[in-house]
Amino acid sequence: MAEARNSIAAPVGMAGSNPRADMLTHVVLVLGVLLFALPIWIVLMGSTHDAGTIGRGDVPLLPGAEAAANYSAVWNQGNKQRAGVPVSTMMFNSAIMALLITFGKIAISIISAYAVAFFSFPGRMLFFWAIFITLMLPVEVRIFPTFQVVSDLGLVNTYAGLIVPLIASATATLLFRQFFLTIPDELVEAAKMDGAGPIRFFKDVVLPLSATNIAALFVILFVYGWNQYLWPLLVTTSTDVETIMIGIVKMLGSQGDTEWHLVMATTVLALLPPVAIVILMQRWFVKGLVETEK
Amino acid sequence: MAELKLSGIVKNFGAVRVLHGIDLVVQDGEMIVIVGASGCGKSTLLRIVAGLERSTGGTVLIDDRDVTALEPAARDIAMVFQNYALYPHMRVFDNMAYGLRIRGLSKEDIKRRVQEAADLLGLSELLDRRPRELSGGQRQRVAMGRAIVREPKLFLFDEPLSNLDAKLRVAMRAEIKRLQRRLGVTSLFVTHDQVEAMTLGDRLVVMHEGRAAQIASPMEIFERPADTYVAGFIGSPSMNFLPATITEDAKAATLSDGNIIALPPGQFAARPGQKVTLGIRPEHISLTGPLRLTIDLVEPLGSECVVHGKLASGEIMALRLPGAPPSATVLDIAPRTEHLHVFDAETGKRLPPPA
Ligand SMILES: Nc1ncnc2c1ncn2[C@@H]1O[C@H](COP(=O)(O)OP(=O)(O)OP(=O)(O)O)[C@@H](O)[C@H]1O
Ligand SMILES: [Mg+2]
Repeated sequence: MAEARNSIAAPVGMAGSNPRADMLTHVVLVLGVLLFALPIWIVLMGSTHDAGTIGRGDVPLLPGAEAAANYSAVWNQGNKQRAGVPVSTMMFNSAIMALLITFGKIAISIISAYAVAFFSFPGRMLFFWAIFITLMLPVEVRIFPTFQVVSDLGLVNTYAGLIVPLIASATATLLFRQFFLTIPDELVEAAKMDGAGPIRFFKDVVLPLSATNIAALFVILFVYGWNQYLWPLLVTTSTDVETIMIGIVKMLGSQGDTEWHLVMATTVLALLPPVAIVILMQRWFVKGLVETEK
Repeated sequence: MAELKLSGIVKNFGAVRVLHGIDLVVQDGEMIVIVGASGCGKSTLLRIVAGLERSTGGTVLIDDRDVTALEPAARDIAMVFQNYALYPHMRVFDNMAYGLRIRGLSKEDIKRRVQEAADLLGLSELLDRRPRELSGGQRQRVAMGRAIVREPKLFLFDEPLSNLDAKLRVAMRAEIKRLQRRLGVTSLFVTHDQVEAMTLGDRLVVMHEGRAAQIASPMEIFERPADTYVAGFIGSPSMNFLPATITEDAKAATLSDGNIIALPPGQFAARPGQKVTLGIRPEHISLTGPLRLTIDLVEPLGSECVVHGKLASGEIMALRLPGAPPSATVLDIAPRTEHLHVFDAETGKRLPPPA
């Protein structure tokens, strides 16, 4: 960490010696930040006004007085006119889906990577290539056959139907495999001499050493799971298992009767869990980096 | 503490045979050093003893129990690796305790054993550190500690000192020797450093291309090398070799330039006319004699110097002389008869003593 900071600090120091370049740097940076932050700011502000403000076509840049009312409305009742589901329910569904996808993906991929990287068994390379090839078959490509299978199994409108088809992950498997290959053979052998069997070695050595990788994947996969749209759209028709991404889209009316203040409040709420995960896991991530590096 | 018996150990990697039938008996408490050039199969042999590698043929007996087919954990052996192979995420204490935990020892026993080993190795202050917070020498000690706490039947070391700087290596070498004596654990130590081998081993196994060229005590190997490979491998600078032919009376040998060198009486059974290789160590050469050496390089080492030169016949020779380098550019020299070694020119084997 210290090194990274130094290497970033150096160019800034150099720019400081030249006031004009310094100015330019700052202008560019401020523009960049505005560009990224402005839409979020508008959404945040919009969610604190009443229906009329946005309806008139204003774009409020300052907070309004309706924040509490708007947020409690969507949280508890959702979009009344459309008989929508409360946002709390949708957030809950999304959280379940994202978490189970994340845990499922990590669990399955770390175990398959462990098998492929550490054991020699007949057909090992065949399995490896089979996993590798599925990289070319993301959900979008196999969506209709997958839907057929899920509906034949009677899993439409269930959490299982929502989650299971998304769990297998070639990417995560390959990442873990690459990482496992960097674990020195002598460490494996030392553990063998100490009497650790495959499961103990996995639990006591491989898992702790993978903490950093797991944390990074957790962030990536959680955001992936949270943002899923196409598959939930297809496989959920009942409001019980509706996710927030579907909910937001359903809130957008077609004839200009959209309640923008509520949509914005919902959007802000939908933004919170991924942000929280990133912030939370980032600390973990750094800790993992510091503790497991050799 | 145990006796280790290897018989007929053979190992093939695919079509390549890297071990050609190794026989070795290690007595209880003995320290055996396996030494040889890179790639001669030292590590492979050690790993077969450890159970990390399956032998193609032969048996491994520990205390007369056949362990050839057993897993490493079932053999009760501890191993110290070249790069230490410490668990990077565990504290020093846990690194040493891990094997004991797996064996199901009680918390108090583990604590006591680790504490004892740590005291012995001077690690008591470091038990809460992680490996990356240790110096190379300290990691080396932890790796030793991990082996010691197990109280195994056998210690295996695979070049454990080669990642240390020269000074630390000498210090650790002495420490390993002292520890091994004190604990009395039967040990196999692999190295390619002949000084390490000579100083550490009760006996040495000099390996050459997958065979044990000689198994004997360090002094025995130095004084009576079994063949030209061992003779050239042990000793620094290397032994000088001169091709020669045994004279009619079998009491001397004729060099290629016609000079006649007397053989030590009663030591070698030589046939008249036999082609031989004479071996003479650089420190066993006297400065008067029939051979004329033209000096082309002098390496002063302080208390002594090494002189490299060429004989009139074209063969190169190295000499080790006490004191300051000679001022002359040409020296008259002769091998000291009592230190002469005679090998068969064809087989490279040392000539046997007369019957
Ligand atoms: N897994 C393997 N597959 C194929 N060949 C191998 C394997 N391991 C070792 N060898 C070969 O076996 C021979 C002996 O190897 P080994 O590692 O025992 O040598 P070594 O004496 O320990 O050498 P060094 O001093 O360099 O460590 C070498 O020629 C090596 O190439
Ligand atoms: Mg080796």
